Formats: sequence, C-alpha cells, structure tokens
Amino acid sequence: MENKNQDPKIVAFVCNWCTYTGADLAGTSRLKYQPNVRMIKLPCTGRIDPVFIIKAFEKGADGVLVSGCHPGDCHYNAGNYHARRRWIMFHKLLDYLGIDESRLHFSWVSASEGKKFVDVVNAFTNKVKAKGPFKKYENINKEFVING
Amino acid sequence: MKIGVFICHCGENIGRTVDCARVSKAAGFFPNVVHSVDYKYMCSDPGQNIIKQAIKDLQLDGVVVGSCSPHMHEKTFRKAVADAGVNPFLCEIANLREHVSWVHDDMDVATDKAIDLVRFAVEKVKRNAPLKTIQVPVTKRTLVIGGGISGIQAALDVANAGYEVVLVEKEPSIGGHMSQLSETFPTLDCSQCILTPRMVEVYQHPKIKLLTYSEVEKVEGFIGNFKVTIRKKARKVDDTKCTGCGDCMQKCPIKKKALSEFDENLTTRSAIYVPFPQAVPNIPVIDTEVCTYFKNGKCSMCKKVCGRDAIFFEQEDQMLTEEIGAIIVATGYKLYTIDKKPKNSEIKGYGEYGYGKYKDVIDGLQFERIASASGPTSGEFKRPSDGKEPKKIVFIQCVGSRDESKGFSYCSKICCMYTAKHAMLYKHKVHDGEAYVFYMDIRSGGKMYDEFVRRAIEEDGVKYIRGRVSRIYEENGKYIVKGEDTLAGVPVEIDADMVVLATAMIAQPEASKLAQTIGIPYDKYGYFVEVHPKLRPVESSSGGIFLAGACHSPRDIPDSVAMASAAAAKAMVLFGSDMLEREPTIALVNENLCAGCFYCKKVCAYNAIEVKQIFDRQGNFVKEVAYVNSGLCQGCGTCNATCPSKSIELIGYTDEQIYAEIAALM
Amino acid sequence: MQIGYYPGCSQEGTAKEYDKSLREILKILNVDLTEIDDWSCCGATSAHVTSHKLSLALSARNLALAEKQGMKEIFAPCAACYNRLASSKTELQNHQEQKYEIETIIEEKINNIPEIYNIVNFFQKVGKEKITEKKKTDLKNLKAACYYGCLLVRPNGINTDDSEQPDSMEEIVKATGAQTVDWNFKLECCGAAHSIARTDIVVDLSKKILDDAQKHGANVMIVACPMCHSNLDMRQKNIKSKFSDYKVIPVLYLSELIGLALGLSKKELGIDTHFIEFDLPIKNNVQEEVSA
Repeated sequence: MENKNQDPKIVAFVCNWCTYTGADLAGTSRLKYQPNVRMIKLPCTGRIDPVFIIKAFEKGADGVLVSGCHPGDCHYNAGNYHARRRWIMFHKLLDYLGIDESRLHFSWVSASEGKKFVDVVNAFTNKVKAKGPFKKYENINKEFVING
Repeated sequence: MKIGVFICHCGENIGRTVDCARVSKAAGFFPNVVHSVDYKYMCSDPGQNIIKQAIKDLQLDGVVVGSCSPHMHEKTFRKAVADAGVNPFLCEIANLREHVSWVHDDMDVATDKAIDLVRFAVEKVKRNAPLKTIQVPVTKRTLVIGGGISGIQAALDVANAGYEVVLVEKEPSIGGHMSQLSETFPTLDCSQCILTPRMVEVYQHPKIKLLTYSEVEKVEGFIGNFKVTIRKKARKVDDTKCTGCGDCMQKCPIKKKALSEFDENLTTRSAIYVPFPQAVPNIPVIDTEVCTYFKNGKCSMCKKVCGRDAIFFEQEDQMLTEEIGAIIVATGYKLYTIDKKPKNSEIKGYGEYGYGKYKDVIDGLQFERIASASGPTSGEFKRPSDGKEPKKIVFIQCVGSRDESKGFSYCSKICCMYTAKHAMLYKHKVHDGEAYVFYMDIRSGGKMYDEFVRRAIEEDGVKYIRGRVSRIYEENGKYIVKGEDTLAGVPVEIDADMVVLATAMIAQPEASKLAQTIGIPYDKYGYFVEVHPKLRPVESSSGGIFLAGACHSPRDIPDSVAMASAAAAKAMVLFGSDMLEREPTIALVNENLCAGCFYCKKVCAYNAIEVKQIFDRQGNFVKEVAYVNSGLCQGCGTCNATCPSKSIELIGYTDEQIYAEIAALM
Repeated sequence: MQIGYYPGCSQEGTAKEYDKSLREILKILNVDLTEIDDWSCCGATSAHVTSHKLSLALSARNLALAEKQGMKEIFAPCAACYNRLASSKTELQNHQEQKYEIETIIEEKINNIPEIYNIVNFFQKVGKEKITEKKKTDLKNLKAACYYGCLLVRPNGINTDDSEQPDSMEEIVKATGAQTVDWNFKLECCGAAHSIARTDIVVDLSKKILDDAQKHGANVMIVACPMCHSNLDMRQKNIKSKFSDYKVIPVLYLSELIGLALGLSKKELGIDTHFIEFDLPIKNNVQEEVSA
C-alpha cells in the first residue's frame, strides 16, 4: 500500500492528547499507513484557527485533516466543542473560498484508536489522491508579487 | 540563532527504515542549523553528552532532536539541554519513530518524511521563546474514589504517611467486591477475616474522612489544586444519631420485595438495610424505591422503633466541596451479566447457557456467596432452585472473556484462579461430588498460582476438560451441558446439578461518565488508561490523577493492592514539595492590542481570564483588557483561536510558530 | 405494501402449502408480493458445501436481479434461502475484493443490496397488530413450540434476534392468540438433508426435538423452514414405527397458523396435505357470535 510518490500533500492539525497519542499508538502497534500526512501538533483542537486551514491550502496542501478527542473526552473539558462549532461555520465558507469540501476532513480519533487513525489517514489520502492536486491557489503568491 | 540537530537511530528502531545519515546531512543545510549529527542512542548518557558538548562547543541556542515521540523523551532531552545552560523550551522533538519508522516500510519515503518533520521542528524552535516553569502551591489532601480493597489500601497508605484523605464510596458501605468473597486464592484464607480489620481502620483513622453513599459530581482545577464537588446521597437516616442497633431493619415490614445486592440477588433484604452485617459504617440506608413510606406515606415503622430518633425521611442529598491535591481513582469492576443480548449492544450474549433462565446456572460472585460462611446458605453447598446439595457441578471459564465474536477480546485474568478455587472449595465440602471445569487455557501466572491449580487437579480430583460449551438445557431437574473435549476430540455431555459461569470482568457501567467528569482517558471497554504501559502504569495522563485496581484492567487482589500502594506513593511524591512546577505553555495577553471584547473569557473552560483595568500615569482609567491567571490557565489555546485581534496568544503555540510550520511543510 | 418475493425451490415442490398459505393470508393482510423475475437457485446445500464462491455467486445473482428490478426489500420464506441470501449480503458488503470477483462472475453490478426478510422479520414488518386486528378464530387451545431450526437466526449477526436464545417467532405466534411454550430445542438439528440417505439419523434427531416440545407441554410445532417441516412432519411415521409409545404432534408452518387465526380453512391453507393430521379444537369467533 506504500505510496512512493509524495503527492498528494496533506496537512493534519491534531491535538496532543488524543489524536497525536493515537498516532503514537499506531506506531507502537506497527500499523502501516500512507506517508502523505504531515502532522502539526497543537495542545487542543480548540487552538485551531480556521485561518490555519486556509493557510495550509495557500502553501500548497492538497488536503487538510483535523482530528481531536471525541466529544466529551476533551483533555481541556470543552476545546473540541469549540472546534466543532467553528467547523460548522467554517464549512459553509469553503465554497466561497474555492475549496472543495471533500479536501477537508474532520474526525475524532482517541488515544486508544491507533487503528482508527490509520483508517482515517488511508481513507482520506485515497480520497485526496483521487481528487488530484489542488491548484486554485497556485498563483496567489505570484499575483501578490506582481501587484505589490 | 544557532541550532543543532541530533538524529537518533534508536538502536535499529529508527535506523532500520530511516536513513539517519541522510536526514542529518539534509538538516545541515537548513537555515540557522550549524550542527547536525546522528547517533545510535541519543537518549543514553553518551548520547545526551553529545548534545551537551555541542551546545558548549558551538554556543548553540536551539536544539532539535529527531527521536521517538515527545511523549516519551521530550522531558529527557529538555533536561539535558537545560543542564548545558540553554532554556529547555528551546528544544523541540521531531517524532521519527512512532510517526515514521514504525509506520512506513519504504526507506526513501520514510527518510523524506523524516527530513520534513525535522524541518518543521527547526522552523518551530526558531520562534520558541525561552520560558520559565510556573510555580503553584500544592494542597496536601488526597481524594480516593472507590472504597473497595484498592481504595482502602490507597487511603490507608496516604493517611498513615500523615496526609489527609477523603474516601468516597457510592455504596452504603466500603468493602467492595472483596467483602463478598468466601475464601481467597492461593492461600484459601477467609476474605472477610483479612478485609474487615482494614475497613474498621479506615473508619477510625483520624486522617481519613469517609463519605459513603456518596458520588463525585464535579472536579475543577488541576494538579495540586483540585476543587471537588461530592454528592452525599440522602440515607434518610441521621448518621450522627444512629448507633447501628438494627431494630429498624428487624421491624421493617418489607422483607421480600428487594433483592440483596450483596448476596448477588440470591436473597432478599428489608427496605431499610445495611448491605451486610460487617458494613462500615454500620448505618442503614432506606431504599426509597421499595419503602412503603416513600410510596404512599403509610408506614413509618422504622421511625417508631428507633430509640435515637435517627430516621429522617425529609433528608435530602447534600453537596460538599473539598480542596484536593491528588486524586486516586479506584472504582473497580463489575461482572458481565449474560442473561440475554442487551438491545443495541455490541456484546452478543450467551443465550445458549440459559443464565437468568435457569436458577442453578449462576455466575462466579453468586457462587462466592453460596460458598461464604456469611452467605445465604451459611457456606453449605445448596443449589438456588430447590436447596438440594449439588452432586455434580460444571464450571465454565472464559464466558465473555477472550471471545471477540460474542464478548470481549481481553482475558479477565482472575477466572482461571477463582474457578480452581471454587472447584476446590466444593470438593472440600462435598467429598462425593464431582467438579468439571471447561477451560480454553489455564493462565495461572503468579506466586504459588500454578501450584494451586495443580493441587485442584491432582489432590482434589477436579476434572479439567479443554474445550467450549455449546449449550446448556434442563432435563428432569438436571442441566445438560453439551461441550467438546478438544484434546480427546470428542463431544461431551454432562448432566450437572449446577453450572457456574466464570463471566468476564467488565468496567463499571458508569466508568466513562466518571472519566469525563474528572478528565481522564478511558479505552473502548471503559477501563481507564495509564500514561505509559510500562514505565508509568499508575498515572493517568491528567496530572495528579492516579489509578488503582480493577478500574484500570482486570486484576486480582494482590495486584490491586500493589497498584493501590503505588498510586498512594505517587500522590505522596506530589506532596513532597510545597510548590509544584507547571509547564509554562499558557496564554498571554498583549495589552496594547486587546480591545476588551472578552470573547476569550466566554470560551475559557477554566475561568482563567480576568478583567484588568488599565490606567494612565495620571491614574485616569483608559480601558479594560483581558488578563490571564497563570495558576488557572491550562494552555488549551481556545482563547487564542477565538480572539479577533490575536492579542491573546498561547506561548509555545503562537500563530507565528504554526504558520512557520505550515510554510515549512511544502 | 409491496415487497419483492424470492420463493425458492421448495415453495414450488415439497413446501407447496407454505407458498399457498402465505399467498392466502397476504390477500387478507393487503400485502402484494412481486416475484423476482428469472430467479434461480439460492446456493444452498449442494452449492455451499462444495464451492463457497459458487454459493455466493448464486445468491448474488438473485440479489442483483432484485436490485435491477427496483426492489428495496425481499422476502425469502424458506430459512435456507434466507440464510444464504442474508449471509451473502453481509459478505458482499464487507469484502470489497470478494464483491468485485463475484460481480465479474455474474456479469452484474451490485450496488444497493435490498433488505432481506425471513418469515419472522417479514411479519414484524407487516405488523403483528395487523394479525391481531383481523383475527377471526380463537387459537388459545394451541400450545405452540416455536422451532427455529439451525438457519433462521444464524450465523450470529445477520439477524436482529439472539442467535442462541431467540424469541421473535413467539411474539408473532402470540399475536395469533395461540399460546407458546418454553422449551429447550428451538435450534437443535433436525437431521436436515440426511432425510433420504440416512433416515435413521433424522428419526433420532427429530424425535429428540418433538419429545422435548411435548414434554414442555406443546401440542403443535410451528416451523419456518421447508426442510424442518418435512423432517418433523414426514418422519413422525418412521419414529412411530420405531418407538411404539411415541405420540404424534402436528407440525404447522407459521403462515398456516396465521391463516387459521385469520379464519381460513385447513384446505385453503394446505394443512390437509400434511402427514400428521391437524385436529386440535379451534373455535371460530364469528360463527359463535352468529349462533349466540
């Protein structure tokens, strides 16, 4: 299942307590998954500013994965609820931003769900791979240079 | 900034799939990186010395270590860096083991990914600020949740060391499942005889505040500084007046309607009751579900006969708050009841064994009650249906355990031993009786454990049959047990008088709810999860909350007691100093930018945002801004994401740092 | 209500009365059955003991036909057909690669496999209150032992009922006004396809089942499988000749019992074709009212 090619590029914003630890568990269980995801560790999904996601697309990501503790299990009591609310709002703006909704995936993966982490990563990688590269923002930086 | 990069091979764990030399070479070309090496074991003493030496020789002021997960060795490396004189928060870890070498096979791909992760860490460390740990005071009081043997042991250990303990038990008495047991393996000493003195010790201990019939309602705060709200449920009996004489229970007209929880539904109890005669405290409780007074107000016999006027029908639940420094969770287990597949459950059930349908098909705890001298039959073996002495008993192990298709995939660990004990106890009393045990494997690791099982087989003549049972049905007052002897390769049929099922140990049904209340992780079965399975087995990932006994995983009495003592020791380590160091990754407000909208205050789960008034030099009021209470802030960063002007930032995870990481990705 | 119908081979042969009684009662209950056009073997017995792939492909063909003919739900009265179709459905849904292979074999695509009902699920769907509503005959003299056999609720997971201690059929039987008995051998083997080659085995196994039911007070057996019916009904004569003190007991299909409750005659339901005569006293409420 190993994909030699580094495309697509996927950025994952994960919380330290559940998903990051779940990914650690996938490692200790020696489960294999596709190597396209690059993880950015945050203390909590509540820390995720929707701008991070836009920024990732701007910088060339083909897909963005957001994952944290299951509702009710947040290490910080309620951070993931805030993340979920923001997600509901942000989700509606995607179309306006020219980003296909399917390039963004939101999931709950707990510290004990190493297998689920692998499944989520593989499924999302396949989905983004099928979509092909994200090109809408390719020229943003160039335009800025020309205009500026 | 001068950054050093250190890539660890972790023996072969990383080196096998990641070309560490290539990673360190590539890292050498990253901006600001002045030094980049790889080494076999970076966490070892010589490995740490490599880092320290490089810091000294090259005046490094930033370090990136490519190694195992930061959850494993971040502390180790930060300490090494600090020893060499660099602020520990200027050290970042790239997770090359759990997130790279262990999950990918292809060396090129893995090495590319490793280089990416190191690049992130370099970009992040460039923007890290030198931070100082925060000092907070410690409340030297322990809350123990659960009054079974684990909770009792933990409470006594902490209290004997001179610290105060609050012990909360949800049942009317402490003692837990151990108080129900007849005799304990492998010594066959009487369970109550060794337990009850401990229960009394808890009750009389000057340092222990015992709250029975109480539940933890809310936990606020953090390590060393918890504020715990406890619901003391209404006993309807004034515990300051009651002497435990028992007149009320004797006169209570309701004797048959309520099943005795302590006797596992084999007997009945009165509406006002203590669970068992040796209960601690020996103060009864009124079961308002069955009590006639609470149904129609007609009876108040107990109130009439009470010489101390202790019956208090109007009593209501009471809320108590306690200041606590450490919490020990010891909520124990339940036995899996298998009468029928519960609706909408993943557990498929064992309808074929007729549990719940046939009175003489019982579970392990019911057998304990029958075998117990204080039980419904005073320790004589009589079967529940007709009181006759069973001449043939079949024991079935692994009912629900090690059975992925119908029950749970884990091993309940204690059943091999207690089944051997049950068969032995039975043979000791019914000499002409026959005992059969159906087993999958015998797992009797433990001191004197295997010898015990051998004794059951060789000296007491218990017949062990390796195989599963497919069905049990009643025929002419006998229970026909159909199974298979897999060693002989033949089907077996035994006409038993009684069947005992060693049903799986499961987490308390409300364990996940409690875990959410106190903020600790739990696994898919509802068992609480430790930080590290080998090196930190009694700590939960939430600071200051420790685990003891079967709420963590199935375990027997000696294991539970050992774990309880370990948890107690961990709590005492915390109390060893007056101040506690906390990670400085908390939110900080830029008062110049802050417009005082206080959205941050609304989203903060810890009430850590306060309102601060700014005055100019003349003392004129200028504006109100947010202020972070560093003692309360836990560093989740929700405020940072919410702030419209980005004037509140989470140190260590600032927007600038995260944008730098994103940019470094591509 | 309209539901797809997969009769299976027995319904047109040994279990003609099962089919007949079903069609009769469904007229009264206002349910239209649309037979799957061009249905073929479900893959039971000979297929599934020789080639797993063959049995899967045979089932899959019927499921694909049903889907193509726009059916969302199909009803398979024979327990063996139900078991094959439902097990194959689970397997096709859970194993993508297996599914691709089978699709190539049957040269049909499978996308949305219809819901599959056995007779008990089917009457749950129709609604047992509908039976109670249209009840005309008093069946309270009947003490029924519901016999599920080995296929109706197994393997674990394909059906909603407990696969080892089921009680869904009892619910339907109670709706007809008949009583049910609690007994031991609801799922025990009847001898199945050994009926012809090794009649002796079937005689022994069937006797065990019939004895246990009678010992627990049953006076009628209720079955949901043509194979069970033929063994339990037809082989009672063999049992009787081997064990002279054996007492015979009538064996009815669940549909026939419902038919009796709805006031249909034994002839209309095909009960007169059984080997063991059904002669238990039942009362027709309507007639009673008239005579009173």
